[in-house]
Amino acid sequence: MNELLTEIGLLSRRSVRRTLRQPALIVPTIVFPLFLLAVNASGLDSATKIPGFPTASYLDFAITVPFMQGALFASTTAGTEIANDIETGFLNRLQLTPLRGAAILIGQMAGAVLLALIGAVIYLAVGLLAGVTIAAGVGGALLLLVLAVIVAIAFASIGALLATRTGSSQAVQGMFPLIFVLFFLSSMSMPRNLIGVDWFRTVATWNPISYLVEGLRSLVITGWDGPALAKGFGAALAITVLAGAAASASLRTRMART
Amino acid sequence: MTTDNGIEVRGLVRAFKGGIRAVDGIDLDVRPGEIYGFLGPNGAGKSTTVHVLTTLLPPTAGTARVAGFDVATDGPAVRRRIGAALQEAALDAFLTGREHFDLQGGLHGLSRADRAARADELLARVGLTEAADRKVGGYSGGMKRRLDLALALVHRPTILFLDEPTTGLDPQSRSALWEEVGRLAADDGVTVFLTTQYLEEADVLADRVGIIDRGKLVAEGTPEALKGEIGVSTVEATPADPGRRDDAAAVLSRFGEPAAASPKGVAVRLAGGAEALAEIVRALDAADVVVSHLDLHQPSLDDVFLAKTGRSLEGAGAAADADPDAEAVPA
Repeated sequence: MNELLTEIGLLSRRSVRRTLRQPALIVPTIVFPLFLLAVNASGLDSATKIPGFPTASYLDFAITVPFMQGALFASTTAGTEIANDIETGFLNRLQLTPLRGAAILIGQMAGAVLLALIGAVIYLAVGLLAGVTIAAGVGGALLLLVLAVIVAIAFASIGALLATRTGSSQAVQGMFPLIFVLFFLSSMSMPRNLIGVDWFRTVATWNPISYLVEGLRSLVITGWDGPALAKGFGAALAITVLAGAAASASLRTRMART
Repeated sequence: MTTDNGIEVRGLVRAFKGGIRAVDGIDLDVRPGEIYGFLGPNGAGKSTTVHVLTTLLPPTAGTARVAGFDVATDGPAVRRRIGAALQEAALDAFLTGREHFDLQGGLHGLSRADRAARADELLARVGLTEAADRKVGGYSGGMKRRLDLALALVHRPTILFLDEPTTGLDPQSRSALWEEVGRLAADDGVTVFLTTQYLEEADVLADRVGIIDRGKLVAEGTPEALKGEIGVSTVEATPADPGRRDDAAAVLSRFGEPAAASPKGVAVRLAGGAEALAEIVRALDAADVVVSHLDLHQPSLDDVFLAKTGRSLEGAGAAADADPDAEAVPA
């Protein structure tokens, strides 16, 4: 156990170093979601006039979107980093040491998750400066960051699964738009009860991303909403466990060492 | 002859999807402390063999014992005793040389102090002390290979696998690496299993050479013995006056069997070895044949490869339609 922790520590440090030394990875993760937030908040403000819209400020409604996008970047980063190691043969270098597979998966996510945390802190800070109020207060804001990081871990697990399955960083990046589509088929842009089209509402209800978004959003708009938080944390943890287990299995197949 | 730092391979087979047998029944022994050169064209099965011997790929059939342990059943024990610099020289462009030691040494269970000391020692050994704190992305090809070699030694292995360690290097970097490998075997008693597609590398560096072609070992021995086996030197004379070609041929025929020569020259395989050269000069002079060129060709490992496979080593890889080595890397 001690050795596993040491291995995770060593690989996490590498992952964090790599991530922080790649501005091309950091800048888009921070800037792109904020840019989209600015566009949405200014363009879609009239949505708040729809009867039953949960808040009078579209910014309060939309502030959760950057957290989701940040998590999605984390997914791509973690997946690309693992796939890269497979492609370049770095995984073989690691495999020639007594290293355990679990350490690779967990350690390699460290950089991506740190990046998601940095992003989340910045989105929150920018949101507060722009006039977002967090209904659940200071504690709620902290829990928002915790949930955002767990959502990032969930997405990073999906990235890790794609990487260990395909071994191709291009395949990992190719999945990015597909997951992005899932975002739009959720309650990200509109509360589920206000979605007028039946099939859309059904898809959004089945889409686990809705619950991640609604968990985050509840802290901003509603306050302390137990069921929404339970579903949000539950969905994130379920994705982490399922994708993580599948990634672990396919990494074991890939690490065919005797 | 299983010994503590030798390699013993019997009937080793590694097949891939579609039935390609990248390694097709190889037997070989590497003695402790020797440098064994595994020579063959691209796609011959060299890298696949290395992947099996380093436990990265399970064998399909046959056995291989490395440092006395079975690669198929005692993987962890084998890995503790071997170091490997694989073909890709996969390094992390965003880490410094020293950070690589920290990672790899740490994963091998070295304490923080131990791996720092080991990094200093090995970086100095391969001449990378000054570059130690620079990111590897800025290293030259030769520096990367030297770092890769040094990293393979971090946990003090007794057997070292080098998969095409000098491919793509300039001649200077290549000979620097050869020197280092030679020192490792001579001073530290490290057994070296080295794959190469360069004849010169096998010839200069290896105590013994195994020649592999299409997954099979076609010849094995010291470079001298292999060359001696097929080989006799040939001498080629080109008369200054093309009309005297037949006269030159008549003189040379006294010294050996005719051999292939350039269009204007005549050549014979020397029956009596290279010492006959002086006599040939005298005989040509006595017959009044003036020569513009007189060349003595020593047999090369390429001649050995040619004799065993019917093809020349250079370009043999291009002729292979499948490249099992490429598939050997479980990508």
